Amino acid sequence: MPDLGPLWITLALAATTTAILMILGTPLAWWLAGTNSRAKPVVEAVTALPLVLPPTVLGFYFLIALGPASPVGSFWMTVTGDALTFSFSGLVIASVFYSLPFAVQPLQNGFEAMGRAPMEVAATLRARPLDAFFTVAVPATRRSFVAAAVLSFAHTIGEFGVVLMVGGNIPGKTKVISIAIYEHVETLNYRDAHILSAGLLLFSFAVLYSVYAYMRGGRVSAA
Amino acid sequence: MRLEHPTLLSVDVSARYSGFELRLRQKISLHGITGIFGPSGSGKSTLLRIIAGLERAGEGRVEFENRPWLDSTQGIFVPPYRRPVGFVFQDVRLFDHMNVEGNLRYAAQRARNSDVDYDEVVGIFDLGEHLSRQPQSLSGGEKQRVAIARTLLTHPRLLLLDEPMAALDAGRKNEILPYLEALPSRFDIPAIYVTHAVDEIARLADQVLVIRDGESGGLIRPVELLDKVDVVGGAAEAATIIEAQVVDQDPDLHLTRLQYREQLLVVPELGRRRAGDSARLYIRAGDVALATQKPQGSSFRNILEGTVQAIEPQPAGAFATVLVDIAGTSLRANLTRHAVLELELAPGTRVFALIKTASFDR
Repeated sequence: MPDLGPLWITLALAATTTAILMILGTPLAWWLAGTNSRAKPVVEAVTALPLVLPPTVLGFYFLIALGPASPVGSFWMTVTGDALTFSFSGLVIASVFYSLPFAVQPLQNGFEAMGRAPMEVAATLRARPLDAFFTVAVPATRRSFVAAAVLSFAHTIGEFGVVLMVGGNIPGKTKVISIAIYEHVETLNYRDAHILSAGLLLFSFAVLYSVYAYMRGGRVSAA
Repeated sequence: MRLEHPTLLSVDVSARYSGFELRLRQKISLHGITGIFGPSGSGKSTLLRIIAGLERAGEGRVEFENRPWLDSTQGIFVPPYRRPVGFVFQDVRLFDHMNVEGNLRYAAQRARNSDVDYDEVVGIFDLGEHLSRQPQSLSGGEKQRVAIARTLLTHPRLLLLDEPMAALDAGRKNEILPYLEALPSRFDIPAIYVTHAVDEIARLADQVLVIRDGESGGLIRPVELLDKVDVVGGAAEAATIIEAQVVDQDPDLHLTRLQYREQLLVVPELGRRRAGDSARLYIRAGDVALATQKPQGSSFRNILEGTVQAIEPQPAGAFATVLVDIAGTSLRANLTRHAVLELELAPGTRVFALIKTASFDR
């Protein structure tokens, strides 16, 4: 049986990243869905960058942006006494950006499909915007929220390049499953590589299948 | 006038959209139902949305009971959730993730005043048996009843209705009309009712604001609406709106007898009306026939005596619209030009207008 430490780090990373993405991605998606601002395509392009860039490119820039020589990295160092690179916190920051489109795009699509009408109704029924958001918009787009959370979680689990660049391979700190598999293959330990790979494969399939089945169920009941 | 103190709404707004401009200045003393009438695309709905605060593109000033809701020169914009308006949308817009009761409670919980009686509203709109149903399972008429009840539960001081019957077929319309008719008196709330249907104005409105090409055509009485040829024009069928007094009700035959200019009319039972009440009738020109002698043994229940006032032939058609003067008001009748010739109708001819009772059945 392979060392399960990387599994727990992976799950902790995915859970933290997803939680942060839901908090940051929701207002961003809301703004994108409703705005006519000229900044919209710029923000949309930046949000979608992780979909097209090689993870090594993102990882490289994060390594520099979060490094001890950078403003962010040195600020973090003075506040916490630790470096941001090659730490779990650094991984979370990089993962949030890396998985951003997987949170923002389903939410934005959901909000756009919902349109302005339900929020208008809520306003004429005396609901303040935040009240209306949680009592009308969130329930009306709950499938988008589920999809956003599951896809963010799953995508973070599948991370490799960014993690390797920013986090390295520190057992118990930044060594996630994908890195562990890479290491097992490098050391010709195919047995453990098989176990972890098959586990990740089954997990990913199960997640994606659940999401698609859930979305399909939504369409059927809405028709 | 149903309210003792009319509510004053003052609007002086402009809004520009691609290829369309709204420029409207009007003070409206609101009482009962004020119809806003105009052809499609004339800016009626935009005006309503500006009054509700749903349309941010509007500039100018909106004042309700001397309180500014919008004053773009002073940067005043009262957000929609702070305006005491109820809005009924053409496309209904119930919350699909709640059942009927959930929709109603949503509004009731957010009402500023708690003196709206939830059970009373549910009763008035006959929603008791539908409370646990999902909006998707309701008929068009039932949905709109829920929507109207829901907005009333917020205890609005002004009710805005944006073509609430446009999406309903004739049968569903009849289902919902009595509820709309009873609104101002039951709830003591003035309403603004946007529509491009003359018959709805005839039945519901106490006054009409005419809008054409984004400009105000002034406030008129509903009976005057059909004389506004420039607005109604080809958009509406030729018809007449008359105001008659209820004489009595005949519960056995389900008829209401009315008096109009000293002559008697019989129409299918008009609910909730007593002797002496006035009732407005919408008579399509196509439902009126003319005779030069009073017919005997005919099934026509309504025969009004008058004289031909004018004949307007439709240049490229088989028909002509004949205006019949009945003690000072004009009744329109659509006849074939052939009939006009054969009956030798001309201004001054004494005629009997025959109106089928069924034509009042709405």
